[in-house]
Amino acid sequence: MTKCRRRRLHLSNIYAFKGRKSSFQEDHSHIGGPGFSRVVYCNEPNSPAAERRNYTGNYVRSTKYTPASFIPKSLFEQFRRVANFYFLVTGILSLTSLSPYSPISALLPLTFVIAASMVKEAIEDWGRKKQDIEMNNRKVKVHDGNGKFRREGWRNLKVGDIVIQNSTDPPSKRSRIERKMDKIIYLMFGVVFLMSFIGSIVFGIETREDRVRNGGRTERWYLRPDEADIFFDPDRAPMAAIYHFFTAVMLYSYFIPISLYVSIEIVKVLQSVFINNDILMYYEENDKPAHARTSNLNEELGMVDTILSDKTGTLTCNSMEFIKCSIAGTAYGRGITEVERSMAMRSNGSNLVGEDLDVVVDQSGPKIKGFNFQDERVMKGNWVKQRDAAVLQKFFRLLAVCHTAIPETDEATGSVSYEAESPDEAAFVVAAREFGFEFFSRTQNGISFRELDLASGKTVERVYRLLNVLEFNSARKRMSVIVRDEDGRLLLLSKGADNVMFERLAKNGRKFEEKTREHVNEYADAGLRTLILAYREVDENEYIEFSKNFNEAKNSVTADRESLIDEITDQMERNLILLGATAVEDKLQNGVPDCIDKLAQAGIKIWVLTGDKMETAINIGFACSLLRQEMKQIIINLETPHIKALEKAGGKDEIEQASRESVVKQMEEGKALLTASRSASSHEAFALIIDGKSLTYALEDDFKKKFLDLATGCASVICCRSSPKQKALVTRLVKSGTGKTTLAIGDGANDVGMLQEADIGVGISGVEGMQAVMSSDIAIAQFRYLERLLLVHGHWCYSRISSMICYFFYKNITFGVTVFLYEAYTSFSAQPAYNDWFLSLFNVFFSSLPVIALGVFDQDVSARYCYKFPLLYQEGVQNLLFSWKRIIGWMFNGVFTALAIFFLCKESLKHQIYNPNGKTAGREILGGTMYTCVVWVVNLQMALAISYFTWLQHIVIWGSVAFWYIFLMIYGAIAPSFSTDAYKVFIEALAPAPSYWLTTLFVMFFALIPFFVFKSVQMRFFPGYHQMIQWIRYEGHSNDPEFVEMVRQRSIRPTTVGFTARRAASVRRSGRFHDQLNKNFIAF
Amino acid sequence: MMEVEGSMNRAPDQSSFLRSRRSKALYQFKQQNLPACKPVLTPISVITVFMLMGFVFIPIGLITLRASRDAIEIIDRYDVECIPEEYKTNKLSYITDSSILKNCTRYLKVQKYMKAPIFIYYQLDNYYQNHRRYVKSRSDQQLLHGLEYSHTSSCEPEESSNGLPIVPCGLIAWSMFNDTFTFSRERTKLKVSRNNIAWKSDREQKFGKNVYPVNFQNGTLIGGAKLDPKIPLSDQEDFIVWMRAAALLSFRKLYGRIEEDLEPGTVVEVNLMNNYNTYSFSGQKKLILSTSNWLGGRNDFLGITYLVVGSSSIVISIIFMLLHLKNPRPYGDNSWNKKSLAS
Repeated sequence: MTKCRRRRLHLSNIYAFKGRKSSFQEDHSHIGGPGFSRVVYCNEPNSPAAERRNYTGNYVRSTKYTPASFIPKSLFEQFRRVANFYFLVTGILSLTSLSPYSPISALLPLTFVIAASMVKEAIEDWGRKKQDIEMNNRKVKVHDGNGKFRREGWRNLKVGDIVIQNSTDPPSKRSRIERKMDKIIYLMFGVVFLMSFIGSIVFGIETREDRVRNGGRTERWYLRPDEADIFFDPDRAPMAAIYHFFTAVMLYSYFIPISLYVSIEIVKVLQSVFINNDILMYYEENDKPAHARTSNLNEELGMVDTILSDKTGTLTCNSMEFIKCSIAGTAYGRGITEVERSMAMRSNGSNLVGEDLDVVVDQSGPKIKGFNFQDERVMKGNWVKQRDAAVLQKFFRLLAVCHTAIPETDEATGSVSYEAESPDEAAFVVAAREFGFEFFSRTQNGISFRELDLASGKTVERVYRLLNVLEFNSARKRMSVIVRDEDGRLLLLSKGADNVMFERLAKNGRKFEEKTREHVNEYADAGLRTLILAYREVDENEYIEFSKNFNEAKNSVTADRESLIDEITDQMERNLILLGATAVEDKLQNGVPDCIDKLAQAGIKIWVLTGDKMETAINIGFACSLLRQEMKQIIINLETPHIKALEKAGGKDEIEQASRESVVKQMEEGKALLTASRSASSHEAFALIIDGKSLTYALEDDFKKKFLDLATGCASVICCRSSPKQKALVTRLVKSGTGKTTLAIGDGANDVGMLQEADIGVGISGVEGMQAVMSSDIAIAQFRYLERLLLVHGHWCYSRISSMICYFFYKNITFGVTVFLYEAYTSFSAQPAYNDWFLSLFNVFFSSLPVIALGVFDQDVSARYCYKFPLLYQEGVQNLLFSWKRIIGWMFNGVFTALAIFFLCKESLKHQIYNPNGKTAGREILGGTMYTCVVWVVNLQMALAISYFTWLQHIVIWGSVAFWYIFLMIYGAIAPSFSTDAYKVFIEALAPAPSYWLTTLFVMFFALIPFFVFKSVQMRFFPGYHQMIQWIRYEGHSNDPEFVEMVRQRSIRPTTVGFTARRAASVRRSGRFHDQLNKNFIAF
Repeated sequence: MMEVEGSMNRAPDQSSFLRSRRSKALYQFKQQNLPACKPVLTPISVITVFMLMGFVFIPIGLITLRASRDAIEIIDRYDVECIPEEYKTNKLSYITDSSILKNCTRYLKVQKYMKAPIFIYYQLDNYYQNHRRYVKSRSDQQLLHGLEYSHTSSCEPEESSNGLPIVPCGLIAWSMFNDTFTFSRERTKLKVSRNNIAWKSDREQKFGKNVYPVNFQNGTLIGGAKLDPKIPLSDQEDFIVWMRAAALLSFRKLYGRIEEDLEPGTVVEVNLMNNYNTYSFSGQKKLILSTSNWLGGRNDFLGITYLVVGSSSIVISIIFMLLHLKNPRPYGDNSWNKKSLAS
């Protein structure tokens, strides 16, 4: 991107996995080498050394062309395509005497097509230019020394100025469909060459027969073979055949649709315009529409097999909200999570999500960040009236005291806000504040908060002396503080994960355990992060002992310092008394569960790749319904005691060895579980959760197949603690390992690698900077738009493009085969059946617009039904609409059509009197009639093939046919020196003759019968999925839930994810599957 | 069969009805939501289509066939019979020997009443008038402008002879058909018109009124007919007819018209000059007398195919109907979609 800073990230270097260490060394070994890295004088732009190096400017140019290079470079780009190159060669050959047609008629369409492509290139490049201008004029803050920054235009930056830069050459991506299309083109080349070859042999033999005989006369004397030039010389027949081969290759070039590339390009650009303009993917809040940055991949959107998603900023908004709590065995909080909302919307019969769903929640009042709790029982000081008020008080106090947040008091308003290590923690303090326990000051060893004094009923300030903080870490999964309250009592306040906390409760502290556990499970299922709150009073002596040991341990410098501390704190955090549990929602973006559910129903696999820690990731998995309670979780990590012990002991190789072994073992165990479950054909669903460290080993060349095997067997896969590089590696593994289309979605700079590696990169144009968007193929504002992007636009684009390509080859085969068949009746002398201009304009005028309209507008199924029947999407994933079966089927249809047209026209115009005036049909009449039939048939075929008629389709289809007649009249009116045998052919010969019209009528119906019968039978007896949906729509059964469900049902599979599957699973569990399902259908 | 579906059917604002309608259309267009007709191939519509096709095609077929049968045709292949017995083994030496007068008499018996005009055709079989070398070997400009136009390289090898350009040049002209026919009935000559046998546009726009044959058939190798150098090309209609190349290797060309009716039983005596060489390439020559009808001449093909396809459509329609009745898809029955799509 930057002109001089071509420190390209070579993809192969970056992504080929070599292990962290070695790749690090390799990178650095290049320092100072040419073109790889260079010496930079940071922040000394005017230093003589920097001047000497004479770096060029920072002007960014992402355009492909400059005004000077446009013509040669774009021409080169165009002719690099094999089909265009072929047409260039035939075009040049047409200037020689080999040509079967006039050069101008061959070159004009080529020029037209190339010019259209170049105009498209120019327009696209102009778009990039505009973007560059915007970019170059962007202001950045440049470090000016001494911590000061000045504003500077991006383009004026110099090397050594300190800003962030991160740019790689974007990989160019091509869709699967286009790659397959190339194969079809090669196949067509093969056909063309084969036909030319056959023709040349026959031609050679027949030409040799013409050689001078004894009698002095030759066979076909009227051809004067005795005076023939090399192209027809019977004495040099092999040579003539070779020359003829080239002529034939030129003549049969009509098998290759010259306008295919340009039509597809135009179609894709227009499809992108539709995507960009889709109001349902427009995010009003940020004024961000969807933006297809490349139009190459539209149809690929309809074939996505696996989605690899980032978490923060993509699935979640990175904000935590205190939403529920369970205190003294009573559940509080009537807030509704995103998941519950989606589920409630779908089914009002389900009892999975707690009893208070139907309660209309008072949403009024200002929204507080981090707090989404509604419950009149505890809010506004009402908690004092509760039965367990004392416990409630302790609970809230704990929230206000046990944390590491720092308060910031706004001088003006007196309101307090908090800076916390994690958004969870902030949510707790905010919650405490809202409950009336306002933490407002933290000193070296004191924590101050205001609370309601139960005795006096007034708000009082309390100061707790903070004695120790027992910090959180991922092993401990809890944090505690030891404080002395105003009464001088020593308290240990503790919060932590349920599995570590419940086992630490005292015998007399388990009063609410059962209830709390129940609530916690419920919360977890609703996708909330839960923490257990507990406390105990500490004996003075005990504390003195602890304090001494603790300080000693902290001050020790031995290697086992950490474990020492752990041991001491572990002793302390025991015999706790349970207070309750909190539930914090890691706020999902709007509509995320709903979208995931739909995508899962569509059979798309969703993997979450996140840098977050495992617990968070799992929580989000629950929140998004990617995980559910009864799913078997296969967790792969390196948190085993053995590895930990090794880590302490050092010995890198040893650790590596042990880690690798452990990971492999875990993977094998997982695989065994999977196999066992599958052979028992149980409906058990599996989830794979793997952390970054394990991933390092799992992605090693020897094991990645194993890993992929395991992962693809699981319903959901979550990779946590993964680095950007690992994200890219996993993406690549899925892409190359499964051979299916992958889509990566992310919003941050750390997702760039993943976006570029995936078949399709979707950037969330959110708040986290522009990097992800800049390296994405399509940018959307919200994750939930993915549903529309894939299920609707993706499906449409896929079905359109595949139909379009099939049709393109169909129409050109139809046309080409008629030319070939006629050849067979001219002893393969390469005499075209049609007038030169008829030949060359077929692709450009008489069949181009309808196929473009098909590509841009056709809808096999309307958007509403795309949503309603997500499984329809599988047509793309399994590539049913662009299978070789379908392609070859269309080709045969073309061959049949051509046979029908040629032989029917030939026979019905056979040397009979052509019109009442006794004239007979000549070459121009047969050609004109056949051509009319071809135009009619291919356009009617189009009308039969599409399932969506707006006025536009009518205009282009019937317009193309009408235009043929108009053209025939106009062309026929031009002087015969130009129009040659087409002169007045329509006015004088074709139009007045009833046999012309009768033949056309007959041929066009006859040629379509096989397709029509096939389609009718298919529709009636073997309908494809989209056809079933068409049925449903047509018969109005869409309002009959039972019927709809018959078709839908298959999309709800136990092994999928999403809340629909979750509900289905849980209903199945309770053994009321069918009743419940039926009941639910009524609700649809 | 058709269903019109347009979503977003919000009632437009009364005040700015027209504008809102236009912007609504644009909005619908952009949102891919235009009102559309979505035809579905239901069994009923398929049955109807085939039924209709049958009911339309069968009458057309009958009419076409009837028209074809109305045209009376007499075909006489004469190329073999017109070779004298002594040359039967070596037809080529007969036809190429210019010293022999190759007259021949044929008798054609009229079976059915033939109403004037009765068209006279000659038919050549296995004759590649559509061969590329042949088709290209002409100069339309020269035919129109005569000697004024000199870029006649396309006419090779019949471009010039004895150093002088040939008008009309090219292989087509050079190989012009040169058998001639005269017709008589009971010793009286039949009135045969040889005008208006070429397309009007050819006579008027493609062949020059002031272009006369020059240096034609003067070479060492004589191809076919000679042209009267005193008559402009635009008036030499048999030449014009010949110049319009045939599409296929078996073709008929109009020779003239008998302007008298022929009663059944009449024997027409044809005196012909069997000049044209079709023997070297095993071609055939035929003489055809035919009346015309509104559709053209006699050709049962179109009529029969119309009838066959028409009746097959009805059969297909009935098969579909039976299948549908026997195997109806009842409401809510999903047995028809057993084929599972999901993996």
